Amino acid sequence: METKSVLLVGVGGQGTILASKLLTLGLMEEGYDVKMSEIHGMSQRGGSVSSQVRFGDKVWSPVIEKGSADLIVSFEKMEALRWLEYLKPDGKVVVNNHEMMPMPVIMGDAEYAADIIDQIKKVCKDVTVVNATEEAMKLGNGKTQNIVLLGTLIKAMNLGDINWENIIKANVKPNFVDDNLKAVKVGMSLV
Amino acid sequence: MKKLLTGNEALARGAWEAGVHFASAYPGTPSTEILENMTTYKEVYSEWAPNEKVALEAAIGASFAGGRSMASMKHVGLNVAADPLFTFVYQGVNGGCVVITADEPGQHSSQNEQDNRNYAIAAKMPMVEPSTSQEAKDFMMEAFDISEKFDIPVLMRMTTRACHSKGIVECGDRKEVPIKEYHKDVTKYITVPAMAKKMRIKLEDKLAKLLEYSETTPMNRIEDNGKKVGVVCSGMCYCFAKEVFGDTVNYLKLGFTNPLPEKMMKKFCTGLEKVYVIEENDPILEHALQRLGFNDIICGKNTFPKYDELTSDVIRKCVTGKVLDSIDYDHKDIVNRPPALCAGCPHRGFFYELGKRKNVMVSGDIGCYTLAFSAPYNAMDSNTCMGASFSSGHGAAKIFEKAGSPMRVVSVLGDSTFFHSGMTSLAECIYNNSKTVSVILDNRITGMTGHQQNPGSGKLADGKTDAIMLDIEQICRALGAKNIRTIDPNNLKLVKETLDWALSLDEPSVIITKYPCVLKKFTEDDKAKFPEAYKTKDVVDKAKCIGCKMCLKSGCPALFLNREDKKAEVDPLQCVGCGVCEQICPKDAIGKETK
Repeated sequence: METKSVLLVGVGGQGTILASKLLTLGLMEEGYDVKMSEIHGMSQRGGSVSSQVRFGDKVWSPVIEKGSADLIVSFEKMEALRWLEYLKPDGKVVVNNHEMMPMPVIMGDAEYAADIIDQIKKVCKDVTVVNATEEAMKLGNGKTQNIVLLGTLIKAMNLGDINWENIIKANVKPNFVDDNLKAVKVGMSLV
Repeated sequence: MKKLLTGNEALARGAWEAGVHFASAYPGTPSTEILENMTTYKEVYSEWAPNEKVALEAAIGASFAGGRSMASMKHVGLNVAADPLFTFVYQGVNGGCVVITADEPGQHSSQNEQDNRNYAIAAKMPMVEPSTSQEAKDFMMEAFDISEKFDIPVLMRMTTRACHSKGIVECGDRKEVPIKEYHKDVTKYITVPAMAKKMRIKLEDKLAKLLEYSETTPMNRIEDNGKKVGVVCSGMCYCFAKEVFGDTVNYLKLGFTNPLPEKMMKKFCTGLEKVYVIEENDPILEHALQRLGFNDIICGKNTFPKYDELTSDVIRKCVTGKVLDSIDYDHKDIVNRPPALCAGCPHRGFFYELGKRKNVMVSGDIGCYTLAFSAPYNAMDSNTCMGASFSSGHGAAKIFEKAGSPMRVVSVLGDSTFFHSGMTSLAECIYNNSKTVSVILDNRITGMTGHQQNPGSGKLADGKTDAIMLDIEQICRALGAKNIRTIDPNNLKLVKETLDWALSLDEPSVIITKYPCVLKKFTEDDKAKFPEAYKTKDVVDKAKCIGCKMCLKSGCPALFLNREDKKAEVDPLQCVGCGVCEQICPKDAIGKETK
C-alpha cells in the first residue's frame, strides 16, 4: 500500500497530540508501518500546532510535505486555511466549526474573517464541517472535542474496522474512558 | 514485543535494556522526555539535576564508581556541560557512560542552531546518530558496550525529528549488568598535568582503535542499488533522503560518525558520477569527503542550505528544482498565531505592569516568560542563555550608570532558571553592588518544558517522592541580598508598588513573584498555600462594558471582542478566574461568575 498521510492541526492545548497518539496506536495494531511527527512543548500553547501521521507498508519520513496530505483534520477554522497547502490537490478536509482568536485579533491588529469555511470550500472539493466542540459540550466535557474529531477522522479514512474501543480503554486515563468512548461514537456519526 | 515509541522513549528503553543504573538530566526541548521516561523504570536511579553540567558530573561520578550512567540534554545544554565533558574523555569510564545531545536544526524551540557533531570532534569522543526510533534503542545499547570496550564516554547525537517522531520498535528485556568494582586509580581519575598528559597520549590510541571499529560496525553501511549517483547521510536525513530518492541511488548510511569510516567512504564514492551529501547544518561529512579527494563529484552545501531542517520537500526542491503540486489559494486572511501566555498564567500580571514602565531595560532569560517580549507587554529587551538575565542586566546597568543615562534595568528569570545558573548571576549583582532589580518569577515548577520538578518544587523526579524544598528567598538572603520582597503577581496594585519600591533604591534588590503555574498539578503544599487558585471563572457584565478594549491589553487568550455587540467576552473554556482583567477594567464590568 502506498503511504497515506494525515495531518491533524489546531491550537496548542486543544488535544491534537492525544488524538494522533490514539490514531497511530490503532494503525499499528492493524499491522501498518506507522510514523508520527509533532513539534511540541509547553511554549507552543496557544500557538498553531500540527501532528503528522503517516502509515503504509513502509514509511520513511515522519514529516508530511506540502501537497501530500490525504486528509487534514483541523480542530479550528483558521488553522484549516493555514495548513491547506499541505493537502493533496484531491485530498479531504475535516474542519471543526470553531473559532479561537489569535493574539493579533484579540489586540485588534487583525480581523478574523467570517467566511473561512467558504474560502476553503472554494478551492477544495471534499470538505466536511463538523461542530465537534459543541458536540463535546453536549456530552458534558468540552475537552473531548479532540476525540470527537478522531471519530470523524476514522470515518473519513475508512478505518472503522479497527477496534478503537480497546485502544481508548488501554490508553486513556480511567476517569475519562467513558467520555471518550461516547465522543468517538459521536464523531463517527458526523460524517 | 512491538511498541510505538518516540526517539526519546526509545533511548530510555534502550538504556534500560542495556542495564543502565544512573540517569541524570536537566530538561530542555527536545531532550526532556528521555529522563521523564527513565523515571518510569524502577530499576534505574533517575534524577533531575539543577543544570546540565551538574547532570553530567553526576553521571561521571556514577561511571567512576562502576555503574552504567547517562546524562541527557538539549544542544545548548552541552555548552553548559562542556567543561566536564572534555576532561571526562581523557579519564575514560568504569561503568559505561552515554551523553545524549538533542540538537535543533530548524530551531523549533531554541535560541540557536548549533551543530553538536562538532563537540564529538573537538572533545575527541565517539559519536552515534540514529535515524529511527528502532535505531535509537539499538544504538543506545551498542553505545554502552562501545563505552566500556574502548574506555571512553560516547556522544549520542539526536535531532528534534529523531527525538519527537514515533516509529515502531521491537523491544526486549532488561539485561542486568552488575555494577563494576571500584578501584582507586589516580593515574586514571586524577587530571593534574603530569597524569593528564599521559591520558592525552592514550586517547590517541583509543581513537585509532575506534577508527577501526567505525570501518566494521554495522551502524555504518553501504546500500548498493547499482546506480551512478550516491547519497551520504546520517541521522534523520537518511529518512528524508529515502523519501525523495527511494531505490534510485546508492546510500552510504552512517550511524557511527566519529571517527568517520574513511576507507568505507572512499570505497562508496569511487566510481560514482555524483554524490549528494545530505546533512543538516554544518558541512562535516562534506569536508571529510573533500579531504578524501572527492571534491569534483560531491554536491553538499553548494546544493543544500546550511540552516534549517533538510526535510524531503527541501531536498526535492534543491535536487530537482520542483516541489509537489499543492492547492493554490489566497493567504490574505490567515492571521499569525504566535504562542501566548496561557489564560491564568501568573506571569501576566507582572509583565502587564512592567511593560508600562519608561526608561527601563528588561534583561530576559529562557522560559515561558520570554513571550513577554511581544505585544501587548513589549516587556523584554534581550535574552541570551540560561541565567544570563541577572548578569547581563548587571553589565548593562554599570554602563548606563557610567554614561549618566536615566535607564534602569529589571532582570527576570524563572525558578528553575534561578537554580540552573541564576544563583551565580545573582551573586555577581550583589557582590558588585549592581543597581539592578533582579526578579525571580517563581511558578513552582519548570514550566516551559512541560512541568519537570526542580530543587524548589518539593518533589523528586518521579513527581511523587517528597524532597527538600529549597527556599528561594532564603537563598537570596544568604547570597547577601538585603532588599527582598515576595509578592502575588496577580495583584496588580501590589506589583506596581513593589516595582516603584525597587526602582527607588540605589542598590541591588530582589523581587520574587510566587504563584503556581496554571497548568501545574498542585502538590499538597500548593493546595495549602494557594487554596483559591484557578477555581473560578470571570464573566463580563454586558450592561457595564463600554467596549473600551482595555482588558484586551492584558494579552489573555480567554478574552475577545464579540463581533456583533463590540463588547468584551470571556471564553469559559479557557478562563480560570485569575482576576487580572477584573483589575484592569475601568468600568468594573468584569467579575466572578456566580453559579
